[in-house]
Amino acid sequence: MIYDAAIIGAGVTGAMTARALSKYDVSVVLIEKENDVAMGATKANSAICHAGFDAATGTLKAKLNVRGCEMMAGVCKELNVPYKNNGSLVLAFTDEEVETLGTLYDRGVANGVKGMRIVERDELLKMEPNLNPEVKAALLAETAGIVCPYELTIAAAECAASNGVEFLRNAEVVSVEYKDGRYFIGTSAGTVEAKLVINAAGVHAAEVARMMGDDSFEIIPRKGEYFVLDRNVGGLVSRVIFQCPTVMGKGILVTPTVDGNLLIGPTSLDVPDCEDVSTTWEGLEDVKRLAAKSVPAASSRDAITSFSGVRAHGSSGDFVIGRSAACPGLINAACIESPGLSAAPAIAEAVEQIFLDACEVRPALKEKYDTGRPAPVRFRHLTDEQREELIARDPAYGRIVCRCETVTEGEIRDAITGPTGARDVDGVKRRTRAGMGRCQGGFCGSKVLEILAQELELPYNAITKFGRDSKIIYERTK
Amino acid sequence: MELRYDLAVIGGGPAGMAAALRARERGVERIIILERAEKLGGILEQCIHTGFGLHYFGEELSGPEYAGRFIKEVEKTDIDVRTDTMVLSIGEDNTVTAVNKKDGVLKIHATAVILAMGCRERPRGALQMAGTRPSGVMTAGTAQKYVNIDGYMPGHKVVILGSGDIGLIMARRMTLEGAEVKMVCEIMPYSGGLTRNIVQCLNDFGIPLHLSTTVVSTHGRDRLEGVTIAKVDERMQPIPGTEEYVECDTLMLSVGLIPENELSVAAGVELDRVTRGAVVTEMRETTKSGVFACGNVLQVHDLVDFVTMEAQTAGEGAAAYIRDRSAFDGAEYIFTKTGPGVRYIVPQKVNIHAPEDVKLFFRVGAIYKNARIVVKADGERISDKKHVRLTPGEMENVTIKRDTLKHLSPDSILSVEVEE
Repeated sequence: MIYDAAIIGAGVTGAMTARALSKYDVSVVLIEKENDVAMGATKANSAICHAGFDAATGTLKAKLNVRGCEMMAGVCKELNVPYKNNGSLVLAFTDEEVETLGTLYDRGVANGVKGMRIVERDELLKMEPNLNPEVKAALLAETAGIVCPYELTIAAAECAASNGVEFLRNAEVVSVEYKDGRYFIGTSAGTVEAKLVINAAGVHAAEVARMMGDDSFEIIPRKGEYFVLDRNVGGLVSRVIFQCPTVMGKGILVTPTVDGNLLIGPTSLDVPDCEDVSTTWEGLEDVKRLAAKSVPAASSRDAITSFSGVRAHGSSGDFVIGRSAACPGLINAACIESPGLSAAPAIAEAVEQIFLDACEVRPALKEKYDTGRPAPVRFRHLTDEQREELIARDPAYGRIVCRCETVTEGEIRDAITGPTGARDVDGVKRRTRAGMGRCQGGFCGSKVLEILAQELELPYNAITKFGRDSKIIYERTK
Repeated sequence: MELRYDLAVIGGGPAGMAAALRARERGVERIIILERAEKLGGILEQCIHTGFGLHYFGEELSGPEYAGRFIKEVEKTDIDVRTDTMVLSIGEDNTVTAVNKKDGVLKIHATAVILAMGCRERPRGALQMAGTRPSGVMTAGTAQKYVNIDGYMPGHKVVILGSGDIGLIMARRMTLEGAEVKMVCEIMPYSGGLTRNIVQCLNDFGIPLHLSTTVVSTHGRDRLEGVTIAKVDERMQPIPGTEEYVECDTLMLSVGLIPENELSVAAGVELDRVTRGAVVTEMRETTKSGVFACGNVLQVHDLVDFVTMEAQTAGEGAAAYIRDRSAFDGAEYIFTKTGPGVRYIVPQKVNIHAPEDVKLFFRVGAIYKNARIVVKADGERISDKKHVRLTPGEMENVTIKRDTLKHLSPDSILSVEVEE
């Protein structure tokens, strides 16, 4: 089979692109080296939809951020993904920082951001009473929001798959060759043939481009560390709280998540290894100290977990999106660091256009396709009447497996079914929140293992935490 | 489905069963136990080691045996038991909403409710542990379930962080199953577990216990490959230069238990900041009328025997409430006060008209040798007892005589303190 397009990388960029292309009468394969979608920077970032005043005017980052932010609410609605337009604040603590707010405001206006204004201290503390009272002023951006990045990616992949896109997991790309008018993509799961290649390989995008003769950009892995705090402090702030940006990025933020937790972070440190998602003692100390500057009550005492992600910082500083000059069959969607999540719908739209232009014959739309995905069952959000009805239909929804997040067996089974469904414990966690609460899977982990083993018809001890060699249990006891 | 009961007991572990049985003995007719697991017994079902029952039954039983005795007693009565049933909320009028596969959503209108949900283990995220996030890092209780219930090995080279009792028990269990338990690290300068467990689970097997030591980071991308341990200073901060790499594929955490009070808090029950359990009276009534609490959801116990006894008190309290709640309205309470060296006291409130003597349970905040436990009422010493050794790992108690209480007023201060 020769695919019209092979997308390498099932992060938010790859999955949203797959969804965009799945409308057309073309064959598409989404290739992922891990056991699931959303396994790289997509699952470990600030989960913010930025308004778009950060990036320099005229850059792709600026243009696609503003456009992506406009599109985000609609996309999330179609895909049934939680999104909240809660606005953001950049805090200024010194006169110098107050000046910076002015610069950010002007840049925002130039970038086309609507709904911004400077808020003075008194009004600010009324809006967000838990801010550090030493704050002087802030830039309010009403269009900013929060979104769950992996749920968006999971939903986009499900949508793409329902329109016929194939998903190939555990397929690490090791070589690409051009022969007889098509690309032979060598992966750890076999060779894939495609007419066009879309490179959405995140921190590995420069390697993939080089395999195809394009060495026009480099990726500098940049690590960010975070704490997730318990829901009982999720209401400390209602908006996304930034500090004034520095050369290394937008600084430490404090934000509620769409699931009601509080997220604090990230640090920003260039690292040699793009797979290095370890946290460091020093990094976590920095997060604590700097987050407390914005919101003194945001404390790691309430931490339920910490994590780190590696952003794909491009050598030019901007996104690299477009047909490769060195290799005409390659479309790059690379160097996607912040605001990559905010821009994702717009990046997909841009790549869609580039793809259409690159096709020999412009493809037609499919007769039938769906740009959404059905809403998954979320037992915890239902009324008792709806619950009764659901359990009467399928008793599996009457058994609570994850007590912290109130997730039922039925929801876990749903998360495993389908071509892009979960294959490991973390995959179930991202789809259902089972194991994402206070006890972090202490009680439900083994039950999730059991359900995965049943649904996938695998032995109990073959189930992993996140694929590869992340085994959870070994042989039988004596 | 709507149901009507006198008493709804949330949790069918040792606390819930003992409370329900005692309430039945005291004449409560319609009782229901709601248990989220497939069967009664709670966490005892996976505690296959012995050491249970020495105080209550005067003999040494395994966890399932101890639970089994109560399960049998419950089965002899017509107490309703719903297993595989999760309670979702407790309403203002003590209506309990629960769900299971068979009945769907259950609305249970109860006169009194007993909270007996137990506790959970503190997970890795609650600690500041840097490093990778591979598989192989789990709480000791989760590992215990894999080994004792499911019958699978969770790993082969084990480091245990935290010297709580479950960690100590698992050190021995994993050794018996053929794993290599390299060490137990404890961040405090003393162990949090029972002395008998240190002796029987570590010393007898030559497993080293490193005090004032913690795990600062984990290594390995997919499965755990090792940990870095380090000594800590008095503020429990790692001391630079003391780091040491230990190769292992499993890190078990036994770093504390947290009463599972999400339901209670949502129902408006006030919690004690130290115990993280409800603020209760001597009858174990919480700040919500008709809602009682006992067992590890109230305070984390060392021994199940004391869970049972506490649950019986709660059962009696609930029975009295169901019989005549006006007696509760007339109560006059004094608050117990922690003096120097004492971290918390349960109960937090005592009815000065209590018809019987009242036992106060507490823990000290550090290790003491040859110290005195002194109880004072309005500054006057009412009891004074010498202890050779006091440790935070072992719960202590003192009895306050009914006659003493009688002479107190609601403004009195009843305090417990350590005198060195």
